[in-house]
Amino acid sequence: MTDYSAVLIDFGYILASMLFIIGIKMLGRPERARQGNMVSALGMLIAVVAALFECCLSFSLVIAGVVVGALIGIIAARTVKMTSMPQMVAILNGFGGLASLLVGWENYHSSPDGNRFVIFAIVLAVLIGGVAFSGSVVAYGKLAERISGRPIFFKGQKIINAAIIAAIFICGALFVWSPTAALAYPLLILIIILALFLGVLGVIPIGGADMPVVIALLNSYSGLAASAAGFIILNNVLIVAGALVGASGLILTGIMCKAMNRSLANVLFGGLQAAVSKGGADQVQGEPSPISPEDAYFVLEAARSVVFVPGYGMAVAQAQHAVKEIGDILEENGAEVRYAIHPVAGRMPGHMNVLLAEANVLYDQLFEMDDVNPIMESVDVCVVIGANDVVNPAAREIESSPIYGMPVINADQAKTVIVLKRSMAAGFAGVDNPLFVKPNTRMLFGDAKASLQQLVSEFKEA
Amino acid sequence: MSIGLLIFVFILAIFLGVELITKVPSQLHTPLMSGTNAISGITIVGALTAAGAGADTFASIVGTIALILATINVVGGYLVTNRMLAMFKRKDQEQK
Repeated sequence: MTDYSAVLIDFGYILASMLFIIGIKMLGRPERARQGNMVSALGMLIAVVAALFECCLSFSLVIAGVVVGALIGIIAARTVKMTSMPQMVAILNGFGGLASLLVGWENYHSSPDGNRFVIFAIVLAVLIGGVAFSGSVVAYGKLAERISGRPIFFKGQKIINAAIIAAIFICGALFVWSPTAALAYPLLILIIILALFLGVLGVIPIGGADMPVVIALLNSYSGLAASAAGFIILNNVLIVAGALVGASGLILTGIMCKAMNRSLANVLFGGLQAAVSKGGADQVQGEPSPISPEDAYFVLEAARSVVFVPGYGMAVAQAQHAVKEIGDILEENGAEVRYAIHPVAGRMPGHMNVLLAEANVLYDQLFEMDDVNPIMESVDVCVVIGANDVVNPAAREIESSPIYGMPVINADQAKTVIVLKRSMAAGFAGVDNPLFVKPNTRMLFGDAKASLQQLVSEFKEA
Repeated sequence: MSIGLLIFVFILAIFLGVELITKVPSQLHTPLMSGTNAISGITIVGALTAAGAGADTFASIVGTIALILATINVVGGYLVTNRMLAMFKRKDQEQK
């Protein structure tokens, strides 16, 4: 290979890095987000083509790998339902992490006599990649409800985690110290196994409602793992792209934590567990007043302004299309319809926005919490669909509440609140919700989708 | 390439990433996450070398698995992001 082609390959990597940066920038703006994604995809294509010019002695496995991976990717992306998007993102993220782990492993297997810095990068790649992979698989299991979404705690959990981290440090140090010793290969395998355990143990104590934070954080890890892989093969495009993803994942994690008024440490180490046992029964008194679909129809029929507040319950009931239908009917009826989205509603950042967009709700009707709260008092009816903690006034009013201080949508300040809910069970966090017993609140019990469809037929009959 | 230079690039890229993402409307959080997730599939470049230039059969197998996974991450990630972003519509874009 001449120097000239090496320059061209490098130029390809530089171009790819630029396209990633421009793409991410555009992804942050609603009008240009879709082009931004395509720009970044073009960057990826250029990086792959550039790599093909320098990577390979034999192409048979390379072609097979790319074809198989692309087919699986295409089929998965085409067939996944929008309601399953959180677990899809989680599992894709896991694959990226595992790929970085394997790249690290392969590099050590093929050239265990690399310099110390590369060996250190191999440890980082298998460690971060391993945690990202097994953590994402557990997150996938929780989101897809293959395993319980409840936080899982056991005795000595923190001690075991600390012991694993210490063991990884020791193994890592020994491995980097003498990477060619007979014991080095088993040490690397041990690090991989420990990293996988750490990912599992790190995610099982995290409850479903905290999933947006975890997914954002795991996303960050898989970026950093790719960066570490870049240090192994000494390639700047991996380092730059991985660092960009790592940083953006951390920023998103921060946004999610802020939306819950909790620190990252509090989310990761299960701050709400004590609250579940404590409960707040003495704080919340009164009986919820149920409402029939017929009466709810009369309330909505007379409303001039309506705000819908969706939550995870809407995703579970797959009620987004029914929400859109009733929203359209209300608009035709002359009401002003808004959708208020809490940053952590659902199971991943922006979950509700995606579902409502799927149902063709226009995004200028979607309002962020800070925009909708100031006008809440002038709203005739606030319809809460399968949301609980994000509209809990205890966050403002009851200092002993475990979610006290969390910014919430002030649904209770609307003139009338209609809450669509399956039953009176407490929300995911196990925190009582005084909203349900406020004098201006009416409970419409039942499956959210069925209730909304009943309302639609009430309007149609009228 | 010197190690110092690689670390230099890494640190600058972290700062750049932070600057790029600070203000994103919440409706774009999911596409941003899955879009950046697809970018983290850049490890595919490492996987290509691993699959195509492994020292022995075992290395080639490990590399090929890495390549398959990274390709799923890249292709699936971009397509899924595109599918989500195609759904976001504004009033002036609505066609009926």
